[in-house]
Amino acid sequence: MARDTLITCRCLCKSYHDIQHGERVVALDNLTLEIPRGEFVTVIGPSGCGKTTLLNIVAGFERPDSGEVLVENQPIQEPGADRGVVFQEYALFPWLTLRQNVEYGPRERGVPPAEAREIVERTLRLVSLQGAENRYPHELSGGMRQRAALARVLVNDPKILLMDEPFAAVDAQTRAALQREVARLWAETGKTVLFITHSVEEAVLLGDRVVTMTTRPGRIKADVAVSLSRPRDPTSPTFNDYRRAIEQLLTDAGTAASTEKPG
Amino acid sequence: MAADFSSASAEVERPTAPERVARLVRRLIVPGAVLAVWQVVVAAGWVPPASLPSPAAVVEAWWVWVAGPVTPLAWYSGTWWLYLLMSLRRVAAGFAIAAAAGVGLGVLIGWYAAMEDLFDGVINFLRAVPMTAWVPFAVFFFGIHESAAVFLIGFGSFFPIVVNTAAGARQTPRILIRAARMLGTRPRKLLVRVVLPTALPAIFTGLRVGLGLAWVLVIVAEMLAVQGGLGYALWSAYQFSRLDLILAAITSVGVLGLASDRLVSATAGRVLRWQRGLTGL
Repeated sequence: MARDTLITCRCLCKSYHDIQHGERVVALDNLTLEIPRGEFVTVIGPSGCGKTTLLNIVAGFERPDSGEVLVENQPIQEPGADRGVVFQEYALFPWLTLRQNVEYGPRERGVPPAEAREIVERTLRLVSLQGAENRYPHELSGGMRQRAALARVLVNDPKILLMDEPFAAVDAQTRAALQREVARLWAETGKTVLFITHSVEEAVLLGDRVVTMTTRPGRIKADVAVSLSRPRDPTSPTFNDYRRAIEQLLTDAGTAASTEKPG
Repeated sequence: MAADFSSASAEVERPTAPERVARLVRRLIVPGAVLAVWQVVVAAGWVPPASLPSPAAVVEAWWVWVAGPVTPLAWYSGTWWLYLLMSLRRVAAGFAIAAAAGVGLGVLIGWYAAMEDLFDGVINFLRAVPMTAWVPFAVFFFGIHESAAVFLIGFGSFFPIVVNTAAGARQTPRILIRAARMLGTRPRKLLVRVVLPTALPAIFTGLRVGLGLAWVLVIVAEMLAVQGGLGYALWSAYQFSRLDLILAAITSVGVLGLASDRLVSATAGRVLRWQRGLTGL
């Protein structure tokens, strides 16, 4: 692969104390992952496999117990506008209008007002939200909220987009539309994307690579390159071959995780 | 693929003119009934006029108090505006101090665990002491002086404000903190950018309760600790056995308390516009 490595996760370990069960849970066990610039990587695994922990560490929200994350060979110390995060729960500021939510990043980074106005306009157009700028988040539909959340990070022109099961809370039709939207935005902007999902179809539809994880301890089980041309057709036989293969990997991960079957 | 969302805008509908009239009438029914019963009871002679003057007599005394000539022959004649201003000034000063200190400290207590450890015990200890218990102390410490009244009002209304603000700040969702951080907000600015807006609805609840308490305390202070003001007039009326003036003073305080509460809730309505349609209001 000719592209340079943008994100390097090196030997990440992270464990939690599970209060409910009174035991230590190993969320990440010596996880190593490299993501080249411009690549779309989807991460899939059973719930509780540590995929969100991985994203939180790359975002800088959590620190690993050991190991490190490098972005352009610089270790991650804290969250930053170079890594935009799209949450499943949108996490828009409810007291700001849609436009103010999108303006938030440029303001915090001290972008001159005239320039900020222009990039906000452009970004709103990019996600097709012009006309709804003055509405508050609770006045928007789920799909619109998620596009607003996307606009809010894209306006910062981040190097990396981190998406944590972003479409899990919207209905199927909206989800399909948002998936197309993300695929288009990725093609247009060339961002590097780390996308967490629990839908195999979504993982294959969007990813250049699908990384599957095992649970307890959270490890990478397989790293599947998806060599399908875009836009992808989820009904084609080759798409379903990928789907079946990954489905199988996940079934193994779910049942055989504790027996340490060699991957 | 520009879509037009403006037509689907979720505007709250404004009431029509007949609806507004109907609302006004509904609001006047209970006060009107109370006045009518009062007038009938006195007019029928069921209560001796010495124990309860009629509403008309109260309005008459009030009128002299408001618009009568200032004369050494009647202590109250024409003094209403002056006393009103004195009370208003004390409430404004005490409440302003309480609001600034209560919101400032409350946000810090709600956000920093260390601040909560430092202040939570003290605040709840002091909160358990009725403010009237502080009156003798305030008179000794400040003397018969404005500062005694401002202290009582400020100190008393501080507690509901600080407690509500802290509770509101404590509820800041972690995900909004993370969202702000990944959008470029520095950690020290989170307080202003995220915690304060999250706490605003609770802050306004605290301000309303605090302002109500400020009106209670200004009357207490003026009855016991300082000269002039509506509470002072109330106490003087008592000493001169002027029941009509006592009732006029009580009504004055009620009207002012109501007006200032309306002012705060109108401000809240404007500041918390984003909540419209989100809550039951």
